[in-house]
Amino acid sequence: MENKYLVNIENERLSFFTPAGEVKALNDVSFKMKEGEVLGIVGESGSGKSVTAYSIMGLTAYPGRLVGGTIEFNGHHINDMSEKEFREIRGNEVSIIFQDPMTSLNPVYTVGNQIEEVIRLHTNKNKHEAKERAKDLLALVGINEPEKRLKQYPHELSGGMRQRVMIAIALACEPKLLIADEPTTALDVTIQAQILELMMDLREKLGMAIIMITHDLGIVASMCEKIAVMYAGKIVEYGTTDDIFYNPKHEYTKGLIKSIPRLDAKEHERLVPIEGTPVDMLNPPAGCPFAPRCDSCMKICLREMPPVTFFGDVHYTQCWLNQKEEFEGKAPEESAVEKGKEASNE
Amino acid sequence: MTKKNPLSLQLNINPEDFLPASNDEKESLVVMRESVGFWRDGFRRLRKNKVAMTCLFVIIVIMIFAFIVPSFYPYTYSQQVQGANNLAPFEYSAGEIARMEAGEKIFPHVFGTDKLGRDYAIRVMMGSRISLLVGMVAAVIILLIGSIYGSIAAFAGGWVDLAMMRIVDIIYTIPDILLIVLLSFALKQPLKTLAAMPGFGWLSVMGENLVSIFVVFALLYWVGMGRMVRSQILQLKENEYVTASKALGASSGRIIKKHLLTNCIGTLIVITTLQIPSSIFTESFLSFLGLGVAVPMPSLGSLASDAINGINTYPHLLFIPATVISLIILSFNLLGDGLRDAFDPKLKN
Amino acid sequence: MGKYLLKRVILAAVTIWAVATITFVLMNMVPGGPFLSEKAISPAATAALEAKYGLDKPFGERYLTYLKDALHGDFGLSLKQRGRTVSGIIAAKFPVSAKVGGIAVLVSLLLGIPLGVIAAYKRGTTIDSVFSVVATLGIAVPSFVVCTVLMYFLGVKLGILPTLGLTSWKNYIMPVFALSAYPTSYIMRLMRSSMLDVLGQDYMRTAKAKGLSQKVSLFKHALRNAILPVITYLGPMVAYTLMGSFIVEKIFTIPGLGGEFIKAINGRDYTMIMGTTIFLGTFMVFMLLIVDIVYTIVDPRIKLK
Repeated sequence: MENKYLVNIENERLSFFTPAGEVKALNDVSFKMKEGEVLGIVGESGSGKSVTAYSIMGLTAYPGRLVGGTIEFNGHHINDMSEKEFREIRGNEVSIIFQDPMTSLNPVYTVGNQIEEVIRLHTNKNKHEAKERAKDLLALVGINEPEKRLKQYPHELSGGMRQRVMIAIALACEPKLLIADEPTTALDVTIQAQILELMMDLREKLGMAIIMITHDLGIVASMCEKIAVMYAGKIVEYGTTDDIFYNPKHEYTKGLIKSIPRLDAKEHERLVPIEGTPVDMLNPPAGCPFAPRCDSCMKICLREMPPVTFFGDVHYTQCWLNQKEEFEGKAPEESAVEKGKEASNE
Repeated sequence: MTKKNPLSLQLNINPEDFLPASNDEKESLVVMRESVGFWRDGFRRLRKNKVAMTCLFVIIVIMIFAFIVPSFYPYTYSQQVQGANNLAPFEYSAGEIARMEAGEKIFPHVFGTDKLGRDYAIRVMMGSRISLLVGMVAAVIILLIGSIYGSIAAFAGGWVDLAMMRIVDIIYTIPDILLIVLLSFALKQPLKTLAAMPGFGWLSVMGENLVSIFVVFALLYWVGMGRMVRSQILQLKENEYVTASKALGASSGRIIKKHLLTNCIGTLIVITTLQIPSSIFTESFLSFLGLGVAVPMPSLGSLASDAINGINTYPHLLFIPATVISLIILSFNLLGDGLRDAFDPKLKN
Repeated sequence: MGKYLLKRVILAAVTIWAVATITFVLMNMVPGGPFLSEKAISPAATAALEAKYGLDKPFGERYLTYLKDALHGDFGLSLKQRGRTVSGIIAAKFPVSAKVGGIAVLVSLLLGIPLGVIAAYKRGTTIDSVFSVVATLGIAVPSFVVCTVLMYFLGVKLGILPTLGLTSWKNYIMPVFALSAYPTSYIMRLMRSSMLDVLGQDYMRTAKAKGLSQKVSLFKHALRNAILPVITYLGPMVAYTLMGSFIVEKIFTIPGLGGEFIKAINGRDYTMIMGTTIFLGTFMVFMLLIVDIVYTIVDPRIKLK
């Protein structure tokens, strides 16, 4: 049963122990991924998207530490893996593409050197075979004149090319899971589209699963099968792409969707931003972290963390509004009283 | 459609809880961390740095001994006690013992005396005073010249910058010891003449050598500071916030005051603090060569240098000034490091 | 490359010329000629001596003659060491200083770089604190203190190391230690801060994500980027260390160029001062050129232009 899933994260809790105090970066994060599945993690800066993905590879930056929950990946129990065991899966079974291709490649080594390095580390290929493989990889990611590029240094390539090189490095050992951490944020819009297209192409050819971390809903809509919306270290809503876009249940998700520019918008219609700033993760509120910015905020939202509400097998959310519907459904008289009070308040 | 969540039953939920929350209630939840300014933030960090605070304390103690204690100390640095040559610490001369037996109170020679019968403790204190003075005055001179030179080069740019930097390179290439020696020789006569003129009597009190050391520092050691300030300003000038404020119509004066200076000042403080020990270092080295302050004025370097020949018999005469000078340099260095950690905005994490 | 080298050589020549001129002018500003201290000499004898060394000629003429000779590597006769040429003295003394200094440079590199890397890698731990205290001490304690303390305890009190000359390998221990204390500490601190900077770079995260071991990450990916400031420091450091330190040479009685230089300054041995200064200046400029070339090898982003 468990083996069915490539990634299975249950109630992951992760904190950064800074001099100012414990920053609870992840709070009860759970999700599962099948092989070959594409999951999008959406959220604003600091919501814990990258931290979640990095923890699968054991790349959590100091002073972060896993404080609860279990992570399984491809049959490995990540929680109790040593650094040495991590080294065997990194770049091999799971690899990653970072946000900024300008700084992610080492400036003092050639592109070829950096690709061959990972091939020779995880396979038995000799120097010559590694070079051949590197050349094939560059061709695969759509770089012309691979022979020549191998000898070039990163600063001699454009941003889009460098990101292609990063993808080549990530795919060198045919990983089961590819984590793409905002792979197109630092690129021009036209290059963005090319890189995304390339990634989808490669996924079809090689069949790896992808975790797509982004704050761009447009990207997840076109690429992903499942979407997790994160806010302040929690998955506030999870579902298939259709669930999230056509039936969003969390106020934050609704806000995100409203803030996407639409082609069919009427003239002069303005985008609706989400007002306010994220909560201070050093002193997280007792209730729903989104409550202070939520237009439909209720008294209980400020006091208690909302429980999980499921809609179907996959789609779930953490929001009191959905509980309210349920509560009202159960006790119609009381809800009438409530409405009366509401009216008198106004 | 919706599944029932068992959790919701365990919680004590009233219908009122589902009433909309007022804005005030929402506000109360948003805990804003108070914003702290550059200086307060830096000082807060500095106070937390135990090493830097200890060093600051050590420096203050040494300064008290160097500048305040000598004014009421029973001996002076040039006073020779008859028959009290080369005493060990807390030892009294025959004459002093006789006077003590006669009921007189004699202040002990805490560090003993030197070969001329001068109390060594006061000489070390005076030596520290000279060394600290040299260090701090030199640092201020260097700060002024270096930052003005560096910022002119950075702002002017083009061939002015090129020429100014070549001058720096040339000064850098000449062995500093040569320049120091030649300059102090060359300056001796003019300074003597100047000291003889009315109003310049203080020159001979300080000693021509000491004054020429300051002149040498002013002429030579600003080059490092000048280079640093130039590169700092060049770097800052390229920053987007400078371009942004230019685009918003800010005047050059405002840009210099608001952006360049505030961003530079941390670095300047740090470099100046680190310059103090290096000037003390150089002065002690010069005194060691016999090119420092004029006798009978002591400096830590000259005290150490005088003690070298007698090292086998009176090692404490060397070790005391050597320890004090190492302590001063060490404290200033560690304090400088602490300041850098606290005030350099690039090192914030 | 060739064009760049030519430009650098011309610039270097200008720098050396300026150094020679400044030294020459300064020396002529110093009151009292070279033979002033020898009191026994009569005015007539002084005049004769000055005529012999060309000191009676006008300033401008002496300057031109000097520059012309210096171009041919001829720095003239030493004024104080009768019958010896300046070039001859430099040729005899420089190798002595260079040998001690060369060992000291090697020691400071071999100790300073790895210790700095370890301190950066173990930042915030006890090892880091201990290293940083040692490095700060190495910077804070003046070399004459290091020398005399070493001399007193190892040489005099314990008597396990010889204190004079350079006759056996044991003689090298104390001078090399004294010479390398400062550069080792300095390189260590430089290496640590530059390494910390590099360890925070994105490409280090990439290296980790590839599954590389810490050793490979540190020594292949980080070191080559972090070593650039050390290389910059090495240029002047090597030049000064090889030229010899006056203090170390005086205390351990090493017959090197550093001691010779101070002797020349104190004795107003004009030709010797000029010769040594130009030699050091040339050496320094040469080292800076080498540093620039090494830079472009280590960091392909930097182009010689």
